[in-house]
Amino acid sequence: MTIEQLIWLVPLLPLLGFVINGLGRNSLSKGLVGIIGSGVILASFIISVVIFFSLQGDTQKSHEVFLFDWISAGTLHIPLSFLIDPLSSIMLLIITGIGFLIHLYSTSYMHNDEGFGKFFSYLNLFVFFMLLLVLGSNYIVMFIGWEGVGLCSYLLIGFWYTNTAYASAAKKAFVMNRIGDLGFLLGVFLMFNFFGSVEFSKIFPQAANMLPGNNTLVLITILLFIGACGKSAQLPLFTWLPDAMAGPTPVSALIHAATMVTAGIYMIARSSVLFDLAPLTQHIIAIVGITTALIAAIIALTQTDIKKVLAYSTVSQLGYMFLGLGVGAYTGSFFHVLTHAFFKALLFLGAGSVIHAMHHEQDMRHMGGLRKKLPVTFLTMMIGTIAIAGLPPFSGFFSKDEILANAYQYSPILWGVGVLTAFLTSFYMFRMMFLTFSGNYRGTHHEESHVHESPKAMTIPLIILAILAAIGGAINIPHVFGGNEWLAHWLSPVVAQHELDLTHSTEFTLMGVSVVAAIIALLYAYTRYVKGARVPVADEAPRSALAKLSYNKFYLDEIYDFIITKPLDAFSRFFYRIIDTKFIDGIVNGLGWSTNEASKGVRLLQSGNVGFYIFMMVFGIIALLAYTFYYI
Amino acid sequence: MEQLLLLIFLPLAGAIITVFAGKSAKIVSTVISVASLGLALFIACNFIPNASTQFEANLPWIADLGIRFHAGIDGISMLMVLLTNLLVPIIIFSSYRHDYKNPAAFYALILFMQAGLLLVFTAMDAFLFYIGWEAALIPIYFICAFWGGKDRVRINMKFFVYTIAGSLFMLMGIIYLYLQNPAHNFDIQAFYALNLDSAQQGWIFWAFFIAFAIKMPIFPFHTWQPDTYTAAPTQGTMLLSGIMLKMGIYGVIRWLLPIVPAGVQDWSCLAIVLSIIGIVYASIIAFTQKDAKRLVAYSSIAHVGLISAGIFALNQQGMQGAMVQMLSHGINVVGLFYVLDIIFSRTKTNIIEELGGIAKSAPQLAITFLIIVLGTVALPGTNGFIGEFLLLMGVYNYGIWAATIAGLTIIFGAVYMLRMYQNVMLGKTNELTITFTDIQGTEKLVLYIICALIIILGVYPKPILHLTEASVQHLLEQVNQKLTSVK
Amino acid sequence: MENLTTQMAGVPLNHYIYLCAIIFTIGVIGVLTRRNAIVIFMSVELMLNAVNLLLTAFSVHNNDPSGQVFVFFIMALAAAEVAVGLAIIVMVYRNTKSIDINVLNRLKW
Repeated sequence: MTIEQLIWLVPLLPLLGFVINGLGRNSLSKGLVGIIGSGVILASFIISVVIFFSLQGDTQKSHEVFLFDWISAGTLHIPLSFLIDPLSSIMLLIITGIGFLIHLYSTSYMHNDEGFGKFFSYLNLFVFFMLLLVLGSNYIVMFIGWEGVGLCSYLLIGFWYTNTAYASAAKKAFVMNRIGDLGFLLGVFLMFNFFGSVEFSKIFPQAANMLPGNNTLVLITILLFIGACGKSAQLPLFTWLPDAMAGPTPVSALIHAATMVTAGIYMIARSSVLFDLAPLTQHIIAIVGITTALIAAIIALTQTDIKKVLAYSTVSQLGYMFLGLGVGAYTGSFFHVLTHAFFKALLFLGAGSVIHAMHHEQDMRHMGGLRKKLPVTFLTMMIGTIAIAGLPPFSGFFSKDEILANAYQYSPILWGVGVLTAFLTSFYMFRMMFLTFSGNYRGTHHEESHVHESPKAMTIPLIILAILAAIGGAINIPHVFGGNEWLAHWLSPVVAQHELDLTHSTEFTLMGVSVVAAIIALLYAYTRYVKGARVPVADEAPRSALAKLSYNKFYLDEIYDFIITKPLDAFSRFFYRIIDTKFIDGIVNGLGWSTNEASKGVRLLQSGNVGFYIFMMVFGIIALLAYTFYYI
Repeated sequence: MEQLLLLIFLPLAGAIITVFAGKSAKIVSTVISVASLGLALFIACNFIPNASTQFEANLPWIADLGIRFHAGIDGISMLMVLLTNLLVPIIIFSSYRHDYKNPAAFYALILFMQAGLLLVFTAMDAFLFYIGWEAALIPIYFICAFWGGKDRVRINMKFFVYTIAGSLFMLMGIIYLYLQNPAHNFDIQAFYALNLDSAQQGWIFWAFFIAFAIKMPIFPFHTWQPDTYTAAPTQGTMLLSGIMLKMGIYGVIRWLLPIVPAGVQDWSCLAIVLSIIGIVYASIIAFTQKDAKRLVAYSSIAHVGLISAGIFALNQQGMQGAMVQMLSHGINVVGLFYVLDIIFSRTKTNIIEELGGIAKSAPQLAITFLIIVLGTVALPGTNGFIGEFLLLMGVYNYGIWAATIAGLTIIFGAVYMLRMYQNVMLGKTNELTITFTDIQGTEKLVLYIICALIIILGVYPKPILHLTEASVQHLLEQVNQKLTSVK
Repeated sequence: MENLTTQMAGVPLNHYIYLCAIIFTIGVIGVLTRRNAIVIFMSVELMLNAVNLLLTAFSVHNNDPSGQVFVFFIMALAAAEVAVGLAIIVMVYRNTKSIDINVLNRLKW
């Protein structure tokens, strides 16, 4: 079986799962739904593995598979076709692999939910669209997946739709994504105008021959970056992601941590040829990335909801990835996508396990001392936390340091802010761990007796992900440590590569600084929350100005509400009540009214007096005669 | 030729039969409308997708004035015929839940209107076109006047005066063209061949444009539309929004662009600006609408604005997008109004704030409504995306700023549509919606058909694109050729 | 007879025009100023006859008999008109007991 014959099965299977589970959501038993839902993803994963290894043995590193003509109008032809190359083959593995683990986890996590069948059908649909996103051989097929995952995100955030706040969060996510999507679409139009095609295989070779700094390329890349900002939750469009935590926790793990939110990075890495030629855009990306990383990290410091902490941490890590893209470390960013997928999925699933044990309590102020009750969850989450904090030799260390080293080469200031963010990251992550797992239980005794470790279906994915989070760094060990940078070599046919031009001693120094920063943060968190046993204050308690700013998310939602939502609503009412009803309709009705009024005046001439009529007639004839005599 | 005559006169004959059918008018009209759908599909199967006019009927009618019964079908007409004959049975099905008083008259008027619409979409003679144009207006007037909601008399009057005023401008334009025509007939080919200078073309452009702009409607000629959509009975609203507004768009494509290309070129900038203002303006108004029907009415103005901008951009993508979007918009908007009708019949309200939580008690309705909403907000994989994508690309080829502003519809559409969906379907159930029963019987049938069409056209739009491609290309070539010969 | 015709032909055309204009004006003024319907009728007859006279005069002047033919038509028409008009006046009188036209002011909005 060749790649071409297998590839269409990969997205088809989840689609099939969606259809079966969707139609049978009320008639199939929960067990069957779970088996079908997870089974199709497992099958896709197995096929993806086969594809990955056959691609490794293949001399031809990119295969295009044409399915059918989708849209054609004039010179525009958009086929529905797939592209298999090193980049997409790795993405396939992540999506289906982690996707399967999360499906497995969900069979247990969602077991008591009445929307079980619906949940699995949505999850399968999401995987389908995500696969379409990474498999598309042109920007439009990518866009189908791009918007499709947005739809699934909408459906799953609003899964418990009877809660109005959840439904609003879903809507917010969709709309904010749409803002980015408009940028994406405009970028695609510009590309079509400029290159005459939307196919990767036609655009990139043409772009490769262009000079850096081409204005059109800069515009294209900026528009694409706006799209990525929406999907990957960067400033100023990131506020939807924390709200998206309204969805069930497996959804947060799969969609809002491991896969969908990294679509923006995937897209930029895919288009790295274009971005490499637009230094201005790269500059913007780096600045937006690092700013987002810092702001999100600051916000995460004071959050008390366990999922909100992880959500802001995700935004912050995504900011890191954009920093990497901006400074040209495409491989480094993609590496971080991989490791982040492992440890963030792990952390979310772990948080889900905690929430499950706590009977849907998410506030860390009510937790504490769960280490004994949930040993597996604690251990695996600890591995995840160490990985995200960037402590060696866990996976996060390698990927984060590759980005930071590249940032240092680009500009030491970026590196400095990056290390500061790493310090904050380490602090808030350990804060979360200590608040949750150490100390004494802060709820009632009755509640405590109900806390128990999660079933196997939930812990096994945790353990697998913990192993990956621990050793995942091995796929791209840098030369400094005598590694061979396997990932960089693997991606080199697709993604632009830049050699790091730093001496080994500089590299070691940089690593040392960031590791020391992370350890200091760890110790500080330890003294504060374990030794000092401090607990975050209640919502309404007074805070210092900075803490207030952080706790209230820099008031970004309020600011957006004030400068965008409110004025638009005011305009809406103004347009409707004044312009439409009063002005335009007023003109139309005014025409009718003035005709009426004029006739009221004119009809008085019809006095009914025959003498007057005759007089007017004679007068008229004389006037006509006079006119005839004098003017003709 | 026989097929075409049958196509036009079948609904007309059906209308006459229905008048005398009394109580069984519902069944009779259903049979006839389904038969005409079958006939349209049969014609579509025999239609060769090239630029030529097929099934042409050219019979003498009023010989002294050079008026002939000249009708035919090319790719563009074929699409419109399919749209009309597809939507009319759906609209008739959608009325099954209602027991309108005097059903014979009601269904006869619908079929009569169908005949008028088919005449408009196939006419190759300006006089015949005008007859059809007005013939389609009369039944809808009576439908709204007799079966409409509150305040219908005043609103109907406004609607009627608006459209009649537009039509009169068009009539003047047609007569002027007739007088300029040395052969003294109303034939469309003769009109195409006329050699008018650019001042004349400008006047003709405005005469036609106002008529079409009112029908579509384009900002600022739109104020009749939200009122009329709200006051008309649901079937009337469906006819108006699903098919009738396409008369305006079709008119632009068939009668405006090829006859006065220089006029179009001089004024297309203004037309596009008006269209784009309409998109943003109507979308923003839709944000705060309280009545769901009115919200959909404003969204319809926004969508039509995009279609007209795409047409006036005068390129293949925009034009093809307009074709697909006309079909898609027809299907989606009929679906939306149907769902609102179902909700209204159970809760007796369409006020968004009073509803909520319907998804809990009616999951089937929630799913079908969601698919229709997604089609309306142009999600890839639904029919709306194909149209909007091509239209935006067409507008983009005209100007990047135009496309950026027009593209706001992608964001705004999601805002007001999802807001409506959320407030109506999601959230907690209240006293009104707690007893809501899920869709059944014909409701299921209609909504399933609509949803299936939305997805099928979104995944495989090629048949539609293929159907109109040659005709659109031919039309654009014609326009360009004539433009170069004027200079 | 012959003599009379030649003598009349001797009267310059201008005199006829002046005479007719005077008679016509008397008629117009009569129509405008009098309120009695019958008098108005008589004034209308004056106007008609002024025109008749003018037509005859021009007919002779131009040696074209068609003008005189017209006069016959007008006379027949005037007779018919008087018949209808008087009938109307009689009806008006029966209804209003008056033939003052200012009473007839109902013909309005």
